Amino acid sequence: MLTPAPLNRKRLLNTRGWTFLIVLAAIAVGVPYLNATGALPDYAVSLIGKYLCFALLAIALDLLWGYCGILSLGHGAFFALGGYAMGMHLMREIGDRGVYANPDLPDFMVFLNWQELPWFWWGFDLFWFAAVMALFVPGLLAFVFGWFAFRSRVTGVYLSIITQAMTYALMLAFFRNEMGFGGNNGLTDFKDVLGFDLQSQDTRIGLMVLSTLAVALGFLICRAVVISKAGKVIVGIRDSESRMRFLGYRVEGYKLFVFVLSAMLAGLAGALYTPQVGIINPGEFSPANSIEIVIWVAIGGRGTLVGAAIGAVLIAAAKTLLTGLYPEAWLFVLGGIFVFVTIFMPRGVLGAWDSMIDEMWHTRGMDPRERRLAA
Amino acid sequence: MSLLTLDGVTRSFDGFKAINGLSFAIEPGELRAVIGPNGAGKTTMMDIVTGKTRPDGGSVRFDGHDMTKTDEAGSARLGIGRKFQKPTVFETHTVEDNLVLSLKDDRSVFGTLFSKTDHAARVADLLALIRLEDRRLDFAADLSHGQKQWLEIGMLLAQDPKLLLVDEPAAGMTDEETERTATLLRDLAGDHAIVVVEHDMEFVRQLDCKVTVLHQGSVLAEGALDAVSANEKVIEVYLGR
Repeated sequence: MLTPAPLNRKRLLNTRGWTFLIVLAAIAVGVPYLNATGALPDYAVSLIGKYLCFALLAIALDLLWGYCGILSLGHGAFFALGGYAMGMHLMREIGDRGVYANPDLPDFMVFLNWQELPWFWWGFDLFWFAAVMALFVPGLLAFVFGWFAFRSRVTGVYLSIITQAMTYALMLAFFRNEMGFGGNNGLTDFKDVLGFDLQSQDTRIGLMVLSTLAVALGFLICRAVVISKAGKVIVGIRDSESRMRFLGYRVEGYKLFVFVLSAMLAGLAGALYTPQVGIINPGEFSPANSIEIVIWVAIGGRGTLVGAAIGAVLIAAAKTLLTGLYPEAWLFVLGGIFVFVTIFMPRGVLGAWDSMIDEMWHTRGMDPRERRLAA
Repeated sequence: MSLLTLDGVTRSFDGFKAINGLSFAIEPGELRAVIGPNGAGKTTMMDIVTGKTRPDGGSVRFDGHDMTKTDEAGSARLGIGRKFQKPTVFETHTVEDNLVLSLKDDRSVFGTLFSKTDHAARVADLLALIRLEDRRLDFAADLSHGQKQWLEIGMLLAQDPKLLLVDEPAAGMTDEETERTATLLRDLAGDHAIVVVEHDMEFVRQLDCKVTVLHQGSVLAEGALDAVSANEKVIEVYLGR
């Protein structure tokens, strides 16, 4: 029998949360150290930085899908928009060091015979403006899209399909040269950011460390939402939307809030991704990319935040390895992993881990409810 | 003044008049049973009262508000609680969290995001009332059918509604549970107006209250159960010619 405890208030950081933050701190400190000693090659630092951006993107999607039940098959679009916003700034930073040495226009615009900078490029020469846009543009798109979709009560698979259509439409648009975002080639040949040379290893290390901070920040924000009363409302919406309405909650508002927050975090991930990989192109909008994010979250464990990050890193690392070794095999392996996890670990890697721990508590004759209190 | 007044309400679906000139009134604190054969419009009536469905015509007034212009969340905020036939509790939430979500409090996104309200005392009271004290930290999914029904009743009480709409509360309950439910509803009446939609005549008898019989979307008869069951028209509708 459990003694009546004060109301079950979850803590911002439980054991798992602390572990996650400590691992992130270890990466932020350990990777530069190993790189300095020569144990870790230079390219690996940016690769890890890239995985961290994916981890943040996965956490953002998990908040939306795992907790609110909204399966976005277009989350890559928010990531890519954040990436483009940062890419635009990096293009402006090139200045007259481009092939055409035009101080006012990026190379691709000179190539297209454009005479002046289009209005939507104004302001991107300022870093702060680009940084704000990397969050604002994905947030605005999510707000407008969500406003109409949620108010019309579009849910489930229909919503998933229109998010997919959204990213596909954006991909086609960004492929067009006339759009003014570099078309097919996207934005690349970046030189520096805030005066730091993007080719230098120190800058790469700095960006990687910044990425660990962004993951930590994103995680803490999502965790704070999840443990708040709003987090309970959001899970309630996932499990029974109409019941939530009859309790007096305006479901649309909550969905919109989570959708916009998630899109902004995805935009942040994209903004950190572009300088680390050195290119952003319309391929990032491709529906396949967005589906891959969903697979990361499903494999890591929906509704766990940490699991989403683990799934993203595991799958992205496996992709790097396998596409190097057997490029043709990758999609089959990915499909295979997805099927395996869906059948044998329906709650993902972290969910399977939880079940194992619960099982251990049972065999020791302890009440799993005590564990739940600490979770 | 009546708490809820329906006057000449109509609503059709694809030409079928689900509600056809429906008029009745519920007084504050009243217990009322609404019966009627399948398709009589009982569910549509509740959908209209809670703002889920908009009527084509007629007026619905609750506590001075026009209910034809609100939505589900709006009706809940004005003080209408609704219990569905199938118990719908939040399965992945604990019993306690189910109650916390239902308690009267700020329902806005930012209100809940930064909510610091301590509900411990009210939750404890409710748990005692619905006899689920020792299941406080269990997931609602792990409750029995009857316990889920009780949890849902607890959630409705947490809302502290002025009007409770209850859809077939006795469905799937054992005789003993049915009796307990009837007692509970009788006890709750007075503090809350309650409209019970029911098929089970035995249960309606236990409620011992005024009965409204619906048929083809309008009121066929109204009065005490004995008077209503002696009514020629009612017998005809229920038993056929």
